[in-house]
Amino acid sequence: MGRLDLPFVVAFTVLMTIAPLFLNAYHVDVLNSIGLYALLALSLNLILGEAGLFNMGHAAFYAMGAYTAAILNTRYQIPILWTLPLSGLVAGLFALAVARPVVHLRGDYLLIVTIGVGEIVRIALVNDVFGITGGANGIFGISRPKLFGFVIRQPQHFYYLIWGFVALTIFLFYRLKQSRFGRALNYLREDEVAAEGSGVNTAYYKLAVFGLGAAWAGMAGTLFAAKMTIISPESFSFWESVVLFMIVILGGAGNMAGVLLASFLVIGLPELFREFSSARMLVFGLVMMIMMIVRPQGLLPARGR
Amino acid sequence: MDLLTLHHLTKTFGGLTAVKEVSFTVEKGAVVGLIGPNGAGKTTVFNLITGHYRPNQGDMVFDGVSLSDLRTHRIIALGIARTFQNIRLFQRLTALENVLAGRHYRMHSGILSAMLRLPAQRREEQEATDRALQELEFVGLGSQALTMARNLAYGDQRRLEIARALATEPRLLILDEPAGGMNEQETEALIGLIGRIQQRGVTILLIEHDMRLVMRACEKLVVLEYGGKIAEGPPEQVRHDPKVIEAYLGAEDEP
Repeated sequence: MGRLDLPFVVAFTVLMTIAPLFLNAYHVDVLNSIGLYALLALSLNLILGEAGLFNMGHAAFYAMGAYTAAILNTRYQIPILWTLPLSGLVAGLFALAVARPVVHLRGDYLLIVTIGVGEIVRIALVNDVFGITGGANGIFGISRPKLFGFVIRQPQHFYYLIWGFVALTIFLFYRLKQSRFGRALNYLREDEVAAEGSGVNTAYYKLAVFGLGAAWAGMAGTLFAAKMTIISPESFSFWESVVLFMIVILGGAGNMAGVLLASFLVIGLPELFREFSSARMLVFGLVMMIMMIVRPQGLLPARGR
Repeated sequence: MDLLTLHHLTKTFGGLTAVKEVSFTVEKGAVVGLIGPNGAGKTTVFNLITGHYRPNQGDMVFDGVSLSDLRTHRIIALGIARTFQNIRLFQRLTALENVLAGRHYRMHSGILSAMLRLPAQRREEQEATDRALQELEFVGLGSQALTMARNLAYGDQRRLEIARALATEPRLLILDEPAGGMNEQETEALIGLIGRIQQRGVTILLIEHDMRLVMRACEKLVVLEYGGKIAEGPPEQVRHDPKVIEAYLGAEDEP
């Protein structure tokens, strides 16, 4: 972020802070969806945008977090927001376990493997693995989140919870980007051989970024479970992974502002054009095609700092 | 004293023997040139030393430590740095960020200290940046720190690679055709740079086709042909070696 961007950041923050005051519950709910996708896309951006590792199974980590939160909450009555770190941990460890044997694969091969991981998780959930996921019906009766004794139930309340988490994420990820860790990811993306040849332990960073990105997706999953109070496998389909992948590439891999903008466009626009029903997806697909031809580097491509 | 010793190094790719029983030593503080016709196996030797390939037979010992089973980043950490024949910079990052890659393993901060921006992390970043800027200055790119690598002129890209390698504080610097694609003036400047690197106490092993550079900069030459060593010694001696003239120099002197 250069100095020029500062007015935009301030204006955007102010606008987002007061937005719920002017919007009806439906529109706030749309913004909540956008916020959740933004969170997921930001976490995928670490893996795909910053490190250049093709991951089209991000929904699997999202699901791991959501189910961890839901199970802990419904079975053990642990307050849903308390499960946040644990959901992140479970999703992160799961990612480390599945990424370990495959992370050395390159580009398209890794892409196919991650698609497989996403499908395995979804099918495992549908088949009620270990008898704790509730099968195709999923898990319901997740309790409302409480923050300092205040029960969060209205969309406006969730709005501040979700977007507060988005703001925190951007803040932390921005710092990460400007650090040794963040640079190591960029070295990986630009030239793996040169990175290793400059003394960067590439295998470690590939795993670490998978773990971190997945842990963040897991925490997003907790927020999703808290907001919906019901979760089922269909919320974590292959299509979700594709949409997230699309948001990162469309926004400009490696640029958080771009990823945020793309979250608004990809999730928000189809909602705005609901009256056109199925035609909107046709237009949506067409816009995607035109975008990739006209501006393959994304809306706001990553720049040198 | 020998800094690097290769013992009967052999590398095959399928049926092709790229490097055959190659042995030579690199003395501490020296500039050693590895020369030979195209396809003689020079770059393969470099790739073996830096762990990009594993040798089928033989061993490489760097300052008492065997390199054969180490991964590349471990070898870099021991004090060997390299540049690449076909320039491998981080194209979409700035010159400064490229050089910071060389500082990476000297630093320690992880995810948490970066997110919390702890004092130690900030100090470390500052020190690394200072050191990286010094290296850019050293190779003559001080004013280009914030230029994206891919926007640098070709010769500057070669020098940026050297700066990145120097940032690792190597004891042995391996240069793969450093003068490749350079004009006469740039090559002249490079010879000066190699001398200054040597003055810093860094031992240099280089591959080069530019004979003027090799004859002037190197104290010792090792000549490869078809993967095997055919000569080794001071430039003047190697230059008059009939085997070398036949294999390499003769062909090039009389086009």
